Amino acid sequence: MTEPTTAALAAADAAAPGPALEMRAVRKVYTSGDAEIVAVDHADLTMAQGEIVALLGPSGSGKTTLLSIAGGLLAPTSGTVVVGGVDISNHSPKELTEFRRTKVGFVFQSVNLVPFLTAEENLLVVNEMAGGKATMNRKAARARAAELLGELGLAHRTGNLPGQLSGGERQRVAIGRALFNSPALVLFDEPTSALDTTIGAQVMDLIQHEMRSRGTAAVIVTHDTRMTHYADRTVTIVDGHLGADLAAADH
Amino acid sequence: MGLALRELRRRPSRFTVATIVLTFLTVLLLLLGGLLDGLFLGSTGAIRAQPADVIVYSSNARDSFLRSRIDDTVRATVESVDGVDIVGGVGVLLLGADPADGGDTVNVAVIGYEQPAAGVPAPPPPGSAWADDSLRDQGVRTGDTLLVGPARTPIEVAGFVTDTNFLQQSGLWVDLPTWRTAQNANRPDSFVTDDVVQVLVVRGNGDLIAAIDAATGGATATLTKDEAVYALPGVTEQESTFNAIIYSTLLVVLAVVGLFFSLLTLERTALYGVLKAIGASTRRLFAGVVAQAAVVAVLAFVIGSLLALAAGAALPANVPLQLTVSRLLFTFVALVIAAVLGSALSLRRVTRIDPASAIGSAS
Repeated sequence: MTEPTTAALAAADAAAPGPALEMRAVRKVYTSGDAEIVAVDHADLTMAQGEIVALLGPSGSGKTTLLSIAGGLLAPTSGTVVVGGVDISNHSPKELTEFRRTKVGFVFQSVNLVPFLTAEENLLVVNEMAGGKATMNRKAARARAAELLGELGLAHRTGNLPGQLSGGERQRVAIGRALFNSPALVLFDEPTSALDTTIGAQVMDLIQHEMRSRGTAAVIVTHDTRMTHYADRTVTIVDGHLGADLAAADH
Repeated sequence: MGLALRELRRRPSRFTVATIVLTFLTVLLLLLGGLLDGLFLGSTGAIRAQPADVIVYSSNARDSFLRSRIDDTVRATVESVDGVDIVGGVGVLLLGADPADGGDTVNVAVIGYEQPAAGVPAPPPPGSAWADDSLRDQGVRTGDTLLVGPARTPIEVAGFVTDTNFLQQSGLWVDLPTWRTAQNANRPDSFVTDDVVQVLVVRGNGDLIAAIDAATGGATATLTKDEAVYALPGVTEQESTFNAIIYSTLLVVLAVVGLFFSLLTLERTALYGVLKAIGASTRRLFAGVVAQAAVVAVLAFVIGSLLALAAGAALPANVPLQLTVSRLLFTFVALVIAAVLGSALSLRRVTRIDPASAIGSAS
């Protein structure tokens, strides 16, 4: 089982009670004909509020499946998943849609932003998707988008379409979208894989800064060990099994 | 929905092909519908104009004006039926006519009548006629004399009326004696005496059809006005043929929209995966697809109807094209419904997009 570092837990206790993410005995099995493929096997993972965890593993190790289960994109075959105090293990697809819209943020590696929306509109789309259930009115949502884009150094790019932005700027917009609803947990799926080393490092710096300044927990899936030092700890996964933790100081 | 409409506004080129195809289909639908309406109205005006609840034929006429004969005895019986208020005799004669002062031969339906019809005043003096507007389009003017049929029976045009043609021949509304004169001079084989008309137009209340046919002891066959319209030769056949083409075209609209939005949805699979992952519901995404299809259909209708109106204005007057408001409304509603149903074919595809697909190959 992997547990948060003492320092991270202490920081979390001071901020708010309860872990940001708690996965207990999570198992995910796919069937293919008569064969069963175990993608994740009895995984236990607890993350404190504000903790940044790097999930490291080779292709096919199950890290993407684990991330998908944590984000409510996939339901586990068995086990318990609690995010920000909400047990989503038995949520219906409709409840999971609502959960993803309000409780977690995602940053994906490839297709990410809506290509015909400006940077600002790509943030506002989170609010629009809620329709009548939107937590913010249009004015408040625009103010929130402007605030986030300003913090991410994109105040001068609000009216630009994704095609007019650099790769690093696009990922920053995606980070802004993930943070729009102030989620308890943000999930990053290889956020720097499409960027060169320098820009990738800048984006990781930004992710670290934004998560820490907000006290938002984050899971960063990567296969690049150079990125793990941005995390509080690193959890490895091989063949669906979570391995030993490595605190940042161990790197 | 807002997302879908913004895509339409910002990426109009993606929808150009679908809009152009639907525009052409709109033009086709309107021209077909306009021709159908033109043929229908041009065939049935004289009956639709009649001030009648029912029309009484002789029972041996097989619902044909031209074969029907009703004499004074039968007429008196009909007039005595309970519920009958007004009875008028009508006779129709189809012939060619030449303007007395020269000009092209025109096809006319000499319609003898007693009761003023819709848009047709009381019968003019003997030897004169209210002429249908279609004759004016062919150069006939008030005061002109038309020499009708091989006997060249003279009928003077006293004025014009609208939408009163019979089987595509221009209405020439005369009093019954003038009709009998023309009939007997030009169709001596179908001679009518002074007490004979072809049909009776009857106004009244109650079950007139059963009451009249019972009272005449089976000497009459009575139809409602609508039934009389569809009893005209060719009307039902024309309508069913054109409607079959029109509904087939609507199926093509459905297929085009279905195929187009299926391809578009396929192209958007990754984007929809991301949107679902960040909390968009299938319902919301699908509503966007439907909204786009509806907007494309409305746009195609607007452009298509302008083109069809322009085509209608450019066509020669002898092409029986009539673009009516009801035809435009029908085409608009049918086009939008077909487009929405077509776009609904994408529902399964949108539903099946897995939000987990946004995050690599987890599923």
